[in-house]
Amino acid sequence: MAEETVIVEEKKEVKEREPLFSKKNKKLITDPLDENNPVTIQVLGICSALAVTVQMKAAVVMSISVLFVLLMANISVSLMRNLIPNRIRIIVQLVVVASLVIIVDQVLKAYLYDVSKELSVFVGLIITNCIIMGRLEAFALGNKVWPSTLDALGNSIGYAMVLVVVSFFKELFGSGKLFGIEIFGNATEGTGLYAMGYMDNGLMLLPPSSLILVAIYIWVQKMRNPTLIETH
Amino acid sequence: MDLVNIFIRSAFVDNMIFAFFFGMCSYLAVSKTVKTAVGLGFAVIFVLTVTIPINYLIENYVLKEGALTWMGEEYASVNLNYLTYIMFIAVIASTVQLVEMIVEKISPALYGALGIFLPLIAVNCAILGGALFMQEKQFATIGQATVYGLGSGVGWFIAVVLIAAIRERIRYANIPGPLRGVGMAFLITGLMGLAFLGFMGFEI
Repeated sequence: MAEETVIVEEKKEVKEREPLFSKKNKKLITDPLDENNPVTIQVLGICSALAVTVQMKAAVVMSISVLFVLLMANISVSLMRNLIPNRIRIIVQLVVVASLVIIVDQVLKAYLYDVSKELSVFVGLIITNCIIMGRLEAFALGNKVWPSTLDALGNSIGYAMVLVVVSFFKELFGSGKLFGIEIFGNATEGTGLYAMGYMDNGLMLLPPSSLILVAIYIWVQKMRNPTLIETH
Repeated sequence: MDLVNIFIRSAFVDNMIFAFFFGMCSYLAVSKTVKTAVGLGFAVIFVLTVTIPINYLIENYVLKEGALTWMGEEYASVNLNYLTYIMFIAVIASTVQLVEMIVEKISPALYGALGIFLPLIAVNCAILGGALFMQEKQFATIGQATVYGLGSGVGWFIAVVLIAAIRERIRYANIPGPLRGVGMAFLITGLMGLAFLGFMGFEI
């Protein structure tokens, strides 16, 4: 009898404490990938998403930077959420994010100078990336550390997904390369596909094409999941 | 003549929206009706014209390498460039707060029109982006920097009002379901961006 009661008590304890990857927590990661994607559904953080997608390398570096900043900012704001006075919360958040971005900027300048030159001002613009401010405002200020961590991971991976898809098409059809590796052959020497008269689509390298690619991404996504279609 | 060129370049050739996608989030959010678009557009012009010269002074008298020489010879080798982001964003956030209070005091009518948009602007990438590009372009005088700010603001204003007008027109059009709303706004902006490419290399 005594043994039984002990077991029951143990079970109760387990029930009270939420497991690390409960259904609710898992949803925090999977939701931003599709149904609640920060770029295509919440429409946040577009400026950087569109501007750094000419090359996949830059897009991947940018995604990792955003992941780092969003993760650290979400954790630190979530830790401080009971200390931040409501009236000055925007300034507090901006200072947290700006210091993190300075770290990222210095690291990129030290180890990936060419990519950092190419991203130019867009590393700095992570500060005003609406995904970060939006997640801090909407989630980290009102939730505990672990859910905030998952939320940051989910949202930055959702952001990275769009960046990688768009930059894949832009780099492949704009310059015939992926990560700087020639896929279609060498254009100047006329090898590979170029020998058969194939030509790169210069339009893909220009800014407007990323807008159109994102529009197509949204189109495909909403066609696969009609519940996302906007009414009106 | 130089100033006119800077203005035209920043407003049309290097248009904030179509060439750099600055401030896209608020651009898509307010472009449902022309009225709100005009409100936010004016607020952006206003804040850019005020913050860019201030950031220009900060850049040239505090942040640049050797910018602190005015404090004495021993400061000539100080380079505070790594503080750029935090200084610029602090300047922008406080200026926006200050502008909001001044406008509220002096012109309640203008405050009524711009009021709700001003706090939004502190986190609008167009403002910080404008400041960072100003730093990159290294203007010779504060006048040039101010004109650059004004031109960028006007360019943003034109873009947001144009798309708001188009979105108002097509509200009752029969658009394929998945493209309705944001998708269509992206497509229209892309096409407008193509049109604005026509200004490339334009100079007086």
